[in-house]
Amino acid sequence: MTSSPAPHREDALNATKLRVAERRQSLMVLALTLPAIIAVCLVIVIPVGWLFSLSFLDSSGDLSLVNYEKMIAYKSYLRVFKTTFNVSFLTTFLCIVIGYPLAYFLSQIPRKYVGLFMLTVLLPFWTSLLVRTYAWLVMLQRNGLINNFAIDLGIWEVPVKLAHNLNGTLIGMVHIMLPFLVLPLYAAMRRIDRHALQAAANLGATPVQAFWQIFVPLSLPGVVAGSLIVFVLCLGFYVTPAVLGGGKVILVSMQITAILEDQFNWGAASALGVVLLVSTFAVLLLASRFLKLDSVMFGRR
Amino acid sequence: MQWWKSSASETQITHGQRLWLYCLAFIIMCLLVIPTVIVIPMSFSDSQYLEFPPQNWSLRWYDEYLDTPRWMNATATSFKVATLTMLVATPFGTMAAYGLFVSGGRLGKIVFFLLMTPMIVPVILIAIGTFYVFGKMGIVNSILGLVLAHTVLSVPIVMIIITSALRTYDLNQERVAQSLGSTRFRAFFEITLPQLKFSVLTAALLAFLTSFDEVIISIFLSGGGNSTLTKQMFSALRDYIDPTIAAISTLMILLSTGLMLGLQLFGDKTTEE
Repeated sequence: MTSSPAPHREDALNATKLRVAERRQSLMVLALTLPAIIAVCLVIVIPVGWLFSLSFLDSSGDLSLVNYEKMIAYKSYLRVFKTTFNVSFLTTFLCIVIGYPLAYFLSQIPRKYVGLFMLTVLLPFWTSLLVRTYAWLVMLQRNGLINNFAIDLGIWEVPVKLAHNLNGTLIGMVHIMLPFLVLPLYAAMRRIDRHALQAAANLGATPVQAFWQIFVPLSLPGVVAGSLIVFVLCLGFYVTPAVLGGGKVILVSMQITAILEDQFNWGAASALGVVLLVSTFAVLLLASRFLKLDSVMFGRR
Repeated sequence: MQWWKSSASETQITHGQRLWLYCLAFIIMCLLVIPTVIVIPMSFSDSQYLEFPPQNWSLRWYDEYLDTPRWMNATATSFKVATLTMLVATPFGTMAAYGLFVSGGRLGKIVFFLLMTPMIVPVILIAIGTFYVFGKMGIVNSILGLVLAHTVLSVPIVMIIITSALRTYDLNQERVAQSLGSTRFRAFFEITLPQLKFSVLTAALLAFLTSFDEVIISIFLSGGGNSTLTKQMFSALRDYIDPTIAAISTLMILLSTGLMLGLQLFGDKTTEE
């Protein structure tokens, strides 16, 4: 970083003046972050802190753990968390299976063509998630594009229920999350030293051996970084499962809004939120043991 | 030598042996792009049911969109909120990124982490939390509350872009300007900022799109006359599949890809110069 000034020679022109000014300005410069800090306090720190305290109050406003006890006592809460983790794992897994070959392809073609092919990843990435969710809803409906297409080709005979269930939710979520995996994974693959593969070939490795024993292990940090972003985003996902799940796939975020809409129970909703936040941090903390966190955060839109 | 027999990588594998990879990648790219753009042709359909390909072409759903005050109001709100968010988040984020980059240190790390929390905290929590607190402050259903929340979501994005631009920038130029008698303030605006202008523009556009496309916070914090376009679309989606949304979606795709593609082309031009 540029924080430490270049060593001044004592006899240099204005050396002391410059050093004093630099020190004073270093503090003034940090004050530039104040507007952003105040905004974050107003929007995140105070509201989330408030929810945190609400989660420890019962309906009469007394301090209690009743909201957390309910979560353990009622099977429905447990089921929601199970569904959330299941859907997040499945989405992440599918993103890796589908995203890895694409990132590999992008990393192998000459750089001058990458821009063009990369557009196929960036175009969905730039497009509103609500628009893409809507497109899937349209395509997956009973008389939608996919059913009609499959029936015309004779793959299945009667319309299959694709939307408003787990399948629809997964399809939509994988499509929306894929760029979040491909972009960091591609960057990691480009960083792999190609000499390592040449060396492997020189030493007699077949292309398949070189791929599995050299390329894949070296690309793993990219896989971990990308899947971490996807997994964490999935944990708090709301829009796509709410639209494509049709009420059959209830994730934590949907349960929170449902509790607020139906019962107006802030304590219960807050407690769910706190557990969601804690699980998100736990996943990130666990992952940060394996890689630098700031390189992961780089990828999210 | 034919193309498919030529070497494709360091391991002497030929393009012919790689053909399966090219096919697979092609299929995946189609799966990424087609669902994104499929609503564009569908939006020009004459039918009540979205069909592909449309039997009869018409601008019916665009008329519907333009003639419905509800949609027009929501569009105006979204543009207003997104523009204000851009105008607030870009200077806030740029200032924060510059401040953290120049000063560094332990305190800087803590501040950086704090400013990045909007990327980690699930948005649903921010949405209900601000709904509660802003409700007490009386700024729910107001432009102010929405802009504030969207600004916080956009600041990390602005910071990431400006920080990576600063990494390739030589801050000594500011020192030179200062030693020649300029104030630090003037040095930043006359030396640094002009050289960062492309990154600042990118950051501003992303802040605009972040706000314009944001759904969950808008669902909670906007309402009445100040409902955003995404909120209206979301509630329309839950009830029935309104073909008007296909028309709106098309316009939104054109807006975001137009802005981003324009930026890339503009960026190519500035780097060539």
